[in-house]
Amino acid sequence: MYRYDEFDQTIVNERVKQFRDQVRRRLSGELKEEEFLPLRLQNGLYMQIHGYMLRIAVPYGLISSQQMRMFAHIARKYDRGYGHFTTRQNIQFNWLKLEDTPDLLADLASVEMHGIQTSGNCIRNITSDEFVGVAHDEIVDPRPYAEILRQWSTFHPEFAFLPRKFKIAISGAKEDRAAIYAHDIGLSVTKNAQGEIGFKVLVGGGLGRTPIIGSVICEFLPWQHVLTYIESIMRVYNQYGRRDNKYKARIKILVKALGIDEFRRQVEADWADLKDGPGTLTTEEVNRVASFFIDPAYETLPDHDSKLNEFKADNRAFSNWLAKNVKPHRVSGYAIVVLSLKKPGNAPGDATAEQMDFVANLADRYSFGELRITHKQNLVLADVRQKDLVDLWQEAGQQELTTPNIGMLTDIISCPGAEFCTLANARSIPLAKLIAERFENLDYLYDIGEITLNISGCVNACGQHHIGNIGITGVEKKDHDEWYQVSIGGAEGNDSSLSKIIGPSFTFGQVPEVIERLLQVYLRERREAERFIDTVRRIGHEPFKEHVYATDFAAKEEHTDPHIVAPAQYDVPYYSPRF
Amino acid sequence: MIIKNKTIVADDWTVLRLQEQETAENVTVAEGKVIVPLKVWQAQREALQQRKEIGVWLSSDERPEDLKDDIKRFAVIAVNFPKFSDGRGYSIAYNLRARLGYTGELRAIGDILRDQMFYLQRVGFDAFAPRPDRSIEDALKGFSDFSEVYQTSIDQKLPLFRRTQRKGNPAGAA
Repeated sequence: MYRYDEFDQTIVNERVKQFRDQVRRRLSGELKEEEFLPLRLQNGLYMQIHGYMLRIAVPYGLISSQQMRMFAHIARKYDRGYGHFTTRQNIQFNWLKLEDTPDLLADLASVEMHGIQTSGNCIRNITSDEFVGVAHDEIVDPRPYAEILRQWSTFHPEFAFLPRKFKIAISGAKEDRAAIYAHDIGLSVTKNAQGEIGFKVLVGGGLGRTPIIGSVICEFLPWQHVLTYIESIMRVYNQYGRRDNKYKARIKILVKALGIDEFRRQVEADWADLKDGPGTLTTEEVNRVASFFIDPAYETLPDHDSKLNEFKADNRAFSNWLAKNVKPHRVSGYAIVVLSLKKPGNAPGDATAEQMDFVANLADRYSFGELRITHKQNLVLADVRQKDLVDLWQEAGQQELTTPNIGMLTDIISCPGAEFCTLANARSIPLAKLIAERFENLDYLYDIGEITLNISGCVNACGQHHIGNIGITGVEKKDHDEWYQVSIGGAEGNDSSLSKIIGPSFTFGQVPEVIERLLQVYLRERREAERFIDTVRRIGHEPFKEHVYATDFAAKEEHTDPHIVAPAQYDVPYYSPRF
Repeated sequence: MIIKNKTIVADDWTVLRLQEQETAENVTVAEGKVIVPLKVWQAQREALQQRKEIGVWLSSDERPEDLKDDIKRFAVIAVNFPKFSDGRGYSIAYNLRARLGYTGELRAIGDILRDQMFYLQRVGFDAFAPRPDRSIEDALKGFSDFSEVYQTSIDQKLPLFRRTQRKGNPAGAA
């Protein structure tokens, strides 16, 4: 993976120093909160219900075992012993004190990490395919470009105060695993008929209040031009994006208002004098950065280890795990292992300090010391020898990391929700738990097969509910009433689509039953090998809607008052909704 | 006092801001060195261009191209930041320098605070009028937040990768 040189390290160290001084000025009252706010946000520091939350950048989801151990250290030293992996492939810590954050950032800088631009109206951490470099269907390894874009966007002087946040995702495989259609800019790095590398550039996608699938602004942009072309997109957006209404300030609204053709014309007019200028990428620089992403020292191994096959035949739990959580690797004798952070009963994406230390050790022993964080909030060991799978499975099982549910109904994407976030209306995590516990039965789960269930606590869509096959959103009707909208038909990847709401919203306790009814329709209507999403697309929303609303829901539904959002218990030591 | 070329200097320019009931057409532009709003320049161009020294300021929703034909007439062009978080002024400055070839004094006015200084100087500002309720000496410190930058802008025409020999991975030479 990429390693900092003295320039990268200096910039990050200077950021720590700058932020330490900003915190000092805030604590002394010299900076007012309204002035401090945009400064702390550009460092990923939010003020949430319990105090400060820090989001740490994991560039394009890649992390070393040493960095993972630093997360464990941070969880213990500054937080309450756990962290939350997010849909942006980052990690968040929820229980911080402002005065500790400069030291925390200094600790991070010591392992080449930071919180730069993980929040605020700037270019955010760039996300990518969790299987980069090891996927069967990869055309071009996007990691060098992701790193080059990370550096280019870091402290870009012109684009630090955009109309709204700005998210870039990059993918280099046939199958899009980075949701590039749902980003402000989506990049698909590919090859043309002559074998030259270039980017398909999408712009104006996004979720939130107004979900839109991105439009193609450039079908094939030769790789040399990626920085200057994006600079022009940013400049047009910075000048003309709406600033009068934060809900209409994302680039998607501008692209929609102008139309993609007019937007492209403006971008290309700006680009005319940048094209081929000094910002143009050089072969030398791409090769330099690419030198950090060479293959690890793979052994020459046969596929299909015989011991593995024996064990598989004897052990159903293992064969389930193998079928769901282990993915094919492009190198013979190796496999990609997804460690599930979705054990029913646990908060999706949460990991304890013990688990972090543990997976760091697994990475050292089984996967060349590296891990990845997925946008579905799981962890990946990307380079595991097939002959190590049995041992790995047995060890990881002791830390509850082998739930065989990747891609299944209980592999739920969820935002932190109302117990942590000041924006959320819904208790996403307890809801995810309630659903996961209801559908824990593996036979049923496997019968349902591939399906995605995404939960967002509010319309801001951190849980990406629009691109879930089933999406759930918390909506507020009046005075803290908590209601849940259910939508179906969303998907990410090459056949991205946005989900549609099925009808009036539900109470917290009704949601699992709603999902059960949706699944009943699927099981009744599905044709051979059809996935849930295929059935929805074939028969439409109507049969689902009809069945869900046909009968009343049981009147008594839950012990707690559904209309009260669980209050944060500040005075209880180590209180956390996850326990 | 303002900051110019990273030094605190006395300033004899006045920034004209329209008061209620004043319009671009009817406002009286005082004698001496005045930085007038773009609209006043446009409305009173005939008279103002007779002056020996005149400045103009743009608000963040105005277009620098509107000054295209007059760009050489101004001793100073200022860009107003109505709010710290309104970033349009950065692109206005970039366009004035890079696209319109403006080489005179480019001044940041309005909600100008220490923590913007580093970015402002990068996109072409060379003069700064920090908010009067804050220490101007402190604002000076903002210029040195970072000693190195990755990307091109007005202050730095070459990206880091064209300026320096950066180290690759010794084990991974392509």
